Amino acid sequence: MTHRPVDPSTIPGWGIDADPRNDPTYPMRDVSKETGDPGRPMRLPRQEPRVELLVSIERTDLPAVFGTTVPPSGLSGTIRRSAFRYSESHWAHWLMLMAADRVNVVEGVVQDLGRGRIPNVPAEMGVRAEWAHNRTGLVQKVAIVGALMGLGWLLLRRRAR
Amino acid sequence: MLAMNYRGPYRVRLDRKPIPVCEHVEDAIVRVTRTCICGSDLHLYHGMVPDTRVGSTFGHEFIGVVEEIGPSVKHLAVGDHVLVPFNIACGRCPFCRQGLFGNCHEANPLATAVGGIYGYSHTAGGYDGGQAEYVRVPYADVGPCKIPDTMDPDDAVLLTDVVPTGYQAAEMAGIRSGDTVVVFGAGPVGIMAARCAWLFGAGRVIVIDHVEYRLDFARRYCPAEVYDFRSLGDPVVFLKKITDSLGPDVCIDAVGGDAAGNALHTLFGTKMKLEGGSAIALHWAINAVKKGGIVSIVGVYGPTGNLIPIGNVLNKGITIRANQASVKRLLPKLIEHVEAGRITPRDLITHKVPLEEISDAYHLFSAKLDGCIKPVLVPPTARG
Repeated sequence: MTHRPVDPSTIPGWGIDADPRNDPTYPMRDVSKETGDPGRPMRLPRQEPRVELLVSIERTDLPAVFGTTVPPSGLSGTIRRSAFRYSESHWAHWLMLMAADRVNVVEGVVQDLGRGRIPNVPAEMGVRAEWAHNRTGLVQKVAIVGALMGLGWLLLRRRAR
Repeated sequence: MLAMNYRGPYRVRLDRKPIPVCEHVEDAIVRVTRTCICGSDLHLYHGMVPDTRVGSTFGHEFIGVVEEIGPSVKHLAVGDHVLVPFNIACGRCPFCRQGLFGNCHEANPLATAVGGIYGYSHTAGGYDGGQAEYVRVPYADVGPCKIPDTMDPDDAVLLTDVVPTGYQAAEMAGIRSGDTVVVFGAGPVGIMAARCAWLFGAGRVIVIDHVEYRLDFARRYCPAEVYDFRSLGDPVVFLKKITDSLGPDVCIDAVGGDAAGNALHTLFGTKMKLEGGSAIALHWAINAVKKGGIVSIVGVYGPTGNLIPIGNVLNKGITIRANQASVKRLLPKLIEHVEAGRITPRDLITHKVPLEEISDAYHLFSAKLDGCIKPVLVPPTARG
């Protein structure tokens, strides 16, 4: 690896955006823009909620638009609803959401199986790319996982005796 | 339609989903022609962002053709080829009026700190993203920008996030002529931040990472001095030594929560998720920068806390500037730079992959295989 200094004069566009007014850097508050345009409404009409939405308790109302994908459901949904009893300032809010995400992964597998689909986990994890570009690493990982599973099986057998 | 389907950490696949419909008077439906996997998508892919629900479709970097518009849309027409900023912005709220389009208050009911972002978890509004054949685009009169006829679509798709985020990192850094700028992270955003630092008149640009092929790319593309932090011992001491012991004028954190380089941060932040990711790059930035200097953050962290030396921010009188890029504000200037050849975003694209191979593309990018800098996905409907 070389660490040669670069001559700035060779760079296309060097200094073209240098602006002494950019201090102490963008964005600068512009009070003239705070009143808005009297001819333009501050808000658009609100999108009609058609799925269950969880709303931060730091808000007073819904925004004009929102996403409607994957509404809360199941046990993970119950945990998410509980998380939204806390503000974004509470660690509990985020840790409960992270816990719900993990529960949701299990729910996703159950959902797949319920639809008669066995998830192809290696394919979902991009095993083809690993095989094409890191074959040695893949073989090592498979060997390590195989060895650990074998060890676990032996320990279980010994305990059973 | 075909759409990416998140199944859990490190598990994604392509499934069929219903084509989205307009749900608001200012919505549009866009048929995606190019979509990227962003480095920040990897935070979702690694399970680091709270409220990332199984069944979600990621993707906040995409361009496409307008297929349908809501009754209030005036500035777009069916058939327009548009690039869509990653932030969903109303253009009317107090923040949008200040040009803070990345902080719109009218796009995300689930969090007040985070604006609305396509395909970036429910913490960013619960929108499906563009790693699909079609996507719903709210506030279609505000965000989307018609792609100039002369512009290469591969340049256009990188103007939705990578280029503006890299540019804003340099802009927020308040670079003065001759300044020494250190960029932590040689991913696509770090590379673009280093490239843009020159546009603001930097005198010296240094990029720090540990992935050799990316450093080599940064050395040629930015161009910049590059260093592998694994060979430096203590990167902070090293940076002081090469800057007359005072430290660089500016440090840019273009890594975020997936940073390598410190076992404690990796354990607490990346593995146990008790921090909003590993903040070692930010830690180094704060401790390395000159007293009175500026630390500019565009690396993405989770919404919980992080272990960083905040005491040194006080002791050194550092200014910290950070934000999601305000794409809409920056687009006119960046389109001009691309058309003038000052920035060539498409050079970052190393892999163009059919959308159907999305699982492999995510793994390739995440594991940094095959010299991957930036993968672009092309849906079957865009391949003709």
